[in-house]
Amino acid sequence: MNVIIQLMVSFFATAGIAVIFNAPRKVLFHCGFVGVVGWGIYFILAERGMDVVNASFFGAFVIAIVAHLYARRFKMPMVIFIVSGIIPLVPGGMAYNAMRNVVEDDYLQGLQYGLKAFLITGAIVVGLVFAEVFIRLIFKAILTNKEKKYSRS
Amino acid sequence: MTLQEMDNEMTMDCLLLAGRMMIESGAETYRVEDTMLRMARSQNMPDAQCYATPTGIIFSLGKTQPTRITSISSRVTDLQKIALVNSVSRKLTSHIITLEDAYDELKSIQKTNYFLPTYMQVIAAALASACFLIMFQGTWSDFPIAFLAGGVGFYVLLLISQLTKVKFFSEFTASLAVAIVAFIAVKLGLGKELDKIIIGSVMPLVPGILITNAVRDLMAGHFMAGIAKGMEAFLTAFAIGAAIAVILSF
Repeated sequence: MNVIIQLMVSFFATAGIAVIFNAPRKVLFHCGFVGVVGWGIYFILAERGMDVVNASFFGAFVIAIVAHLYARRFKMPMVIFIVSGIIPLVPGGMAYNAMRNVVEDDYLQGLQYGLKAFLITGAIVVGLVFAEVFIRLIFKAILTNKEKKYSRS
Repeated sequence: MTLQEMDNEMTMDCLLLAGRMMIESGAETYRVEDTMLRMARSQNMPDAQCYATPTGIIFSLGKTQPTRITSISSRVTDLQKIALVNSVSRKLTSHIITLEDAYDELKSIQKTNYFLPTYMQVIAAALASACFLIMFQGTWSDFPIAFLAGGVGFYVLLLISQLTKVKFFSEFTASLAVAIVAFIAVKLGLGKELDKIIIGSVMPLVPGILITNAVRDLMAGHFMAGIAKGMEAFLTAFAIGAAIAVILSF
């Protein structure tokens, strides 16, 4: 039940962000869906006990793949779908806790949270890049396969 | 001026307008270069060279051809404009439309304001903030407070960024407004968890496009653009954090 509520809420959150960034109106729904997929993966993995850094990596990875497929389908730049999708993964809470502890003069705890936020950001970045390389290799393989078939026939 | 020269002028204007609009709406720098070069090649200018940064474009049509510079001072996030310019460039490179048509289309895209009315944007931001509260394990009773704080914060951002061009200041003020609303609500007993409300309501201010583009530009080898955008994202994060720190230190 909790998971279903999370998925619904993440759809509205991501679609709202997409409205702020002025995404084309006919893909607003799809932008929201990208957010649902990314947050769903992250949430389920994190709830099963996976470290949030790894969960963020997988979330970003899936977001980039779905965004790439949508970009091909709608013939639009990939950024449109990624931008609003990764916003839920951004470690806002960690950064907030880091800031809060620094303000309260607890620098050690603040540094810990800050480093964690930095690691999560890094994981998101790596996830996006890996997915992009991965999907390019796959499409390349598909294209060369097709060419082989054509040359045979 | 010969016919050929006039033609070149036209191509130059068209390409620079396309590149300029893409950067102003927040496209990746490597993609802007790629789009401009593709468009140039489709117009029989195989020697064209392009160098784009987030603050300007240098474009040359070829060896003995003229070179032009355009400087860009302001950038917003307007995904719709990116999509429209992209579709014009696709049509031009596959020779569905001529250069003149493309130039006219680009000009009309430049003049149009594609943003939704302010109140719709504010409602979207408010709804997103409230939903983020739930995503970060907040309680449903804080939902209206996050809705209010997020809406107020985003409205302040729009208002201040019209008054001043200094991005840092408008983001700082917006974040301050969020924190003040949340603080007062919790003090009055309307809201429960100050932390969750602030985190959720601050999310619409997060510079998503800067983070994404910084990464993608860095990976494409455009280190100048990547570092510049990363720095801009860091400044924004710093502005948001500093404003919250001001409220928390009371």
